[in-house]
Amino acid sequence: MAKHRRLRQNISAAFYRHGLLCASYPVPIILFTSVSILTCCYPLLKLPLPGTGPVEFTTGAKDYSVPSHEPQGDLGERPDWYQGPPVAYIQQVLVKAAVSPWDSSLVPVDVFRSPLGRVFSLLEEIRNHVYTDRSLETLCLQVTELLPGLRRMQSILPEHGCLLVSPGNYWQNRRDLFDSDPDILKTVHQHEPKGIHTSATLKDLLFGVPGKNTGVSLYSRKRVVTYTITIALSSYDARFVASLRARLKQLHPSVNCTLREDHMVHVHFKEEIGIAELIPLVTTYIILFAYIYFSTRKIDMVKSKWGLALAAVVTVLSSLLMSVGLCTLFGLTPTLNGGSIFPYLVVVIGLENVLVLTKSVVSTPVDLEVKLRIAQGLSSESWSIMKNMATELVIILIGYFTLVPAIQEFCLFAVVGLVSDFFLQMFFFTTVLSIDIRRMELADLNRRLPAEAGMPPPPKPGPLRPREAPPPPRPSPHTITLQAPAFRNLRLPKRLRVVYFLARTRLAQRIIMVGTVIWIGILVYTDPAGLRTYLAAQVSEQSPLGEAGLPPHLGVAPVFPGGDPTSTLSVLPAPEPTPLPENQSQGHGASRPGGAPLTSPQISWGSEDEEVWRRLSFRYWPSLFSYYNITLAKRYISILPVIPVTLHLNPQEAIEMRHPQDTQHAPRSSAKTTDLQTDLTLYKVAALGLFAGVVLVLLLFCLYRVLCPRNYGQNGVQHGRRRRGDLPCDEYGYSPPVSEISPLLLRGHSMDIECLASDGMLLASCCLAGQIRVWDAQTGDCLTVIPNNGLRRSSSSGCWEHRDGWDSLTPTCEPDALMGTESRAPVFVDTDEYNEPPLRRRVTPSRPTLFGDQPDLTPLIDTNFGELPPSHTTVGFGFDFGGLVEKAYKEHEASPTMHFTAPTPPVTPAPPQRRRSLGDPPVAPPERINVSPGEWDSSVWSLELRGNLIAAGRSSGKLELWDAVEGTLRCCNEDGSSGITALAFLNNRIVAARLNGSLDFFTVDINKPLGLLQYRGPPGRASLPSSPCYSSEDVISCQLTRSVQCAHQKPITVLRAAAGRVVTGSQDHTVRVYRLEDSCCLFTLQGHSGGITAIYIDQTMVLASGGQDGAICLWDVLTGSRVSHVYGHRGDVTSLVCTNSCVISSGLDDLICIWDRSTGIKLYSIQQEVGCGSSLGVISDSLLVTGGHGCVSFWDLNYGDLLQTVYLGQNSEGQHVRQLLVLDNAAIVCDFGSELSLVYVPSVLEKLD
Amino acid sequence: MAEATRLSSNGTAQRGPYISVITNRTTNLLIRGTMLFGVGVFLALVLNLLQVQRNVTLFPPDVISSIFSSAWWVPPCCGTASALIGLLYPCIDRRLGEPHKLKREWSSVMRCVAVFVGINHASAKVDFANNVQLSLTLAALSVGLWWTFDRSRSGFGLGVAIALLATLATQLLVYNGVFQYTSPDFLYIRSWLPCIFFAGVITMGNIGRQLALYECKVVQEKIHQD
Repeated sequence: MAKHRRLRQNISAAFYRHGLLCASYPVPIILFTSVSILTCCYPLLKLPLPGTGPVEFTTGAKDYSVPSHEPQGDLGERPDWYQGPPVAYIQQVLVKAAVSPWDSSLVPVDVFRSPLGRVFSLLEEIRNHVYTDRSLETLCLQVTELLPGLRRMQSILPEHGCLLVSPGNYWQNRRDLFDSDPDILKTVHQHEPKGIHTSATLKDLLFGVPGKNTGVSLYSRKRVVTYTITIALSSYDARFVASLRARLKQLHPSVNCTLREDHMVHVHFKEEIGIAELIPLVTTYIILFAYIYFSTRKIDMVKSKWGLALAAVVTVLSSLLMSVGLCTLFGLTPTLNGGSIFPYLVVVIGLENVLVLTKSVVSTPVDLEVKLRIAQGLSSESWSIMKNMATELVIILIGYFTLVPAIQEFCLFAVVGLVSDFFLQMFFFTTVLSIDIRRMELADLNRRLPAEAGMPPPPKPGPLRPREAPPPPRPSPHTITLQAPAFRNLRLPKRLRVVYFLARTRLAQRIIMVGTVIWIGILVYTDPAGLRTYLAAQVSEQSPLGEAGLPPHLGVAPVFPGGDPTSTLSVLPAPEPTPLPENQSQGHGASRPGGAPLTSPQISWGSEDEEVWRRLSFRYWPSLFSYYNITLAKRYISILPVIPVTLHLNPQEAIEMRHPQDTQHAPRSSAKTTDLQTDLTLYKVAALGLFAGVVLVLLLFCLYRVLCPRNYGQNGVQHGRRRRGDLPCDEYGYSPPVSEISPLLLRGHSMDIECLASDGMLLASCCLAGQIRVWDAQTGDCLTVIPNNGLRRSSSSGCWEHRDGWDSLTPTCEPDALMGTESRAPVFVDTDEYNEPPLRRRVTPSRPTLFGDQPDLTPLIDTNFGELPPSHTTVGFGFDFGGLVEKAYKEHEASPTMHFTAPTPPVTPAPPQRRRSLGDPPVAPPERINVSPGEWDSSVWSLELRGNLIAAGRSSGKLELWDAVEGTLRCCNEDGSSGITALAFLNNRIVAARLNGSLDFFTVDINKPLGLLQYRGPPGRASLPSSPCYSSEDVISCQLTRSVQCAHQKPITVLRAAAGRVVTGSQDHTVRVYRLEDSCCLFTLQGHSGGITAIYIDQTMVLASGGQDGAICLWDVLTGSRVSHVYGHRGDVTSLVCTNSCVISSGLDDLICIWDRSTGIKLYSIQQEVGCGSSLGVISDSLLVTGGHGCVSFWDLNYGDLLQTVYLGQNSEGQHVRQLLVLDNAAIVCDFGSELSLVYVPSVLEKLD
Repeated sequence: MAEATRLSSNGTAQRGPYISVITNRTTNLLIRGTMLFGVGVFLALVLNLLQVQRNVTLFPPDVISSIFSSAWWVPPCCGTASALIGLLYPCIDRRLGEPHKLKREWSSVMRCVAVFVGINHASAKVDFANNVQLSLTLAALSVGLWWTFDRSRSGFGLGVAIALLATLATQLLVYNGVFQYTSPDFLYIRSWLPCIFFAGVITMGNIGRQLALYECKVVQEKIHQD
């Protein structure tokens, strides 16, 4: 165990030192990491680019033998796929045919009709070729049926026989069909797919040369038709092939042909990725991105969220690259398909460590030095990081021993990836984090200047902690401070500035414009019928040397750098192309001399003809074979040297072969086609350009919507979806470390807290059970407990019920009521005890010791019973036990109960029967007994605290004044019967707003007012346990001075008092302002279209009101005029706070909006968690605190940045902060279920002020 | 809608319609079920595609329809099953009174889904020497998935039970000739089916729990309010 701990300590210390190092030298470390990443990635350059392109291998044709299956090993350059026989041997016969000499009597169709017609005789020749009893039928690759999906090609592609493909297939290899075909072009083009296609089309397949090189078109200028006859052989017979070659050469000699014939090219095809395979891949990538998104979303409280997220992604990606690079370096070439295993690798490596690191570093005390913060954060997470790393390594090791090669390889990659990821996390990410945090600190420093400008240093009221500072005093009243524009600029968040910059410079539009122009330009240039060919033609025409121009096709085979130089010189067509009279295209005709001499087309052979298949799509062979369900994936084919065939036809022959319709249609259609062609090209380019532009605009718009929130400056994206509270522990059981701000939990209430009041020194809270507790706001000690007398707890059901239930129980005792009470009393007590006594209200019900006070009761009951006035016995239903017990309870309540409140030593024991001795008129015995039953179900609706007097307004309309220290009832006023919804306690006046809309002004008279003041004077813990400064003879009376009966038509919902004014808001849509001294109504403010739900007024007479309509109004209290009126929330405005410069409002839509006070413009908004919207407070002018899901968050008001989050409890699930109160001494009190939480914020304050 | 208005009117505080809808139990259940169903159908289609690829050597170019190559009722069945499982998991958690505490966040759920797809990928793409090896590897991977993302006993029990049931049901279907494996070797499918089912149950349970988290929060909030 000690070893374990020592190890842990060592790791922690090592991480601490490492953190210090990283934070101290950020730049060198980042440089170092970059260099190491680049070094590790360097071997990647040697890898072939990923893709499905085929791989070639060339052998000599002479001494060819079928490679064996077993790898021989010694054949160094032989690729590992070159094993076993190929799928097929391909023999191509390249035919170049031309009608020569060309004369003017020929029509364009003659260019290709007769040359194409010769294919049939050639085919016949090939089919019938026999060499020593071996015919083509025995050697060729026999194919069966086409795939079922290709029925439409059934008539064209061969079936059940040799795979022999030529243009003749268009006419089922039948001469008669060809001769009777009126429109050859139509036949050829009818099978072409519409739209853009990348793979081999049928025309490519049958012609064997790229479509534009066939010469089968009406406006061909070379007038040479090129096509191939492709034969697939299943076995290689060198002699047969040689004799076929010799025969064809003999029949159709090619004079200037010097093609090499001694090389055989083997082409190996990789695995294809089809759409079907892409869908799972895309799905995994989508999941991967979702994972990255959800992970990086959790990065909080840093300067630049996006930057850190980017750094995290970069860390993971470069660790992957590094692992691949390292594996390549050590000879482990990846055979796995990189694209498909990549997402899984990322998921295995994960972003968790990075997030945990960030979280841990961010939650270190803000006021520490950056270096120390990084080091602390690192060291506190060191153990979990190491543990996880070890676990993952072990899992991967286990995976390695599955002995499946693919999994082993994956594991190997994952191990290297994990290690490099760890390295990058430790060096790269930590350093980036330190830079980020340093930036945040700098930003804080910068912010200090404006915040302190013009503000006197606030005097410290000498509280317990030297760091605490009260909020700075507000500037002079009645002024709305306008800020200088510069200051306002400063306040703009960074994102906003970027957006403004973009808007100002119209960057996006310009980029789109330029992009579109470039796009169109590229399109025009690269279009086959477009600019480039035209330019090439121009150049080749003008230059004296033909080869100086661009070659007509760029696919020159690189393997054979050159055959005969003389042959390459004659590659190009005749320099002076001869236009046909009827074929003179509009575009080209102008540049050409009209009466050029007619020259015959020249057939030339160049090195590019050696491997004509190279110019085709690399999917040519796979798609040809795939039609017969033969896959070439991971297999290879051998391509034999091409057999050149030159055909010269004389014009006579061409004219003979004409179809009758050729002469009629051709000229007209040719002009039309060229016209149409150019037009179509233009339209295509224009449409594509337009389309591209639109897509680009849409894309940018989407990007903009994603990156920028709905509202300018609304921080919704970053802060909006924050869900901290719902995860008590995250990925690895990580819980936020204890920060310097540790909340003080005030426990004691048994139910949820309803009212909170404070005057800075003391804190009064009332829970749903009606229990009022008084706490020391400095230390959190519970000073007094004032129990409720209205509710009792039923132990059987466990829920709270009203007194009525008790009353219904009394009839059972009724028959015995008039009998001797001595004997009945124990029974009564037993019943009482069973029902969980109302007599023991002072005790929290959960305590088992509460039955200890049982003996106290019997004598009380006895005596009271004896003293009962006779009037009670005459009551119709007999003896009222309820009244008796209630009275007994009242008596008992005043008795010393030190043993119940044992944990609260400061309470001084009060003399028994205190209230009697006071002789307080309202609580005289007769009154108590005659009190209406309604009093019993009264709960505390409102609470106020001043000095040591607690004013509690009950639902029964009773106003009670309690002594906060002693817990005794000092005074009670029952003038009104309507429930008190709100209370204000100012100076010695109490204003009570009632449910029926009336407003009562009370005056509290104390015969020794000095005593009260004296008590308030020396605050502090020490004075509290000592006896209070006023004696028990002090009579506090509370008199109703004025009652405004119909202050509002409907219940008053809010009441605020400040600066000598009382402001009430009611459901009747109005706000009224009263003067406190004479309770005179000054203004009735109308402007809301819903009930008033929130009001704010402070010493500077800023008045703001919010209503159910979601509107916020700012009023001038002096004139009663409305200053501004904004709509900010969907639903009620639940609370409102103003600072010098802004108004902060929260609504039922859980949104906190920050408004500029002078202009009424929304600066930004913060999305809160559900149900936490209403709790907010302002600590200083620039520090906002909001309640959350088990935590409170501190925000910088100027920037809207989250500064810190303080978790209130370890297990904070399910509890919301519902109320939040800011005390004078920079403390926050918030209720937290049945607990109160006291949070001191010295460090945050220090940072800001 | 009437339900929503009633809810909002009798509450002490008025709520937006969205919250009301979410709070409404049946609506919430319906939404969750629909989402889970969608996820199930999608995963079934994609994973089916992975499996199909193994058996067919090559696709003709226009065979996007191979996504729907298997029987039409398989994806809806998977969707329904996943909806049931996803709703069952939080329910059982609530019954047992041991809420799922481990890593309740979307990134973890995404990771879980990715690993699930990865297991499928491995079973489809990696060539194993024999079926026992395949079974063992997949079983180890599935249990690893459970350990990494769930770690609850109820999750494990439910996963095993459902996996066994589902395998049994598939076998019955096959014996009755309702459904046929396209695979050449029958044992191959039988060896990975339970593991895949188990991993799928764990994944779906994870998603369902995560979805239920929202309901829990809202309902808690509502109780609080009342």
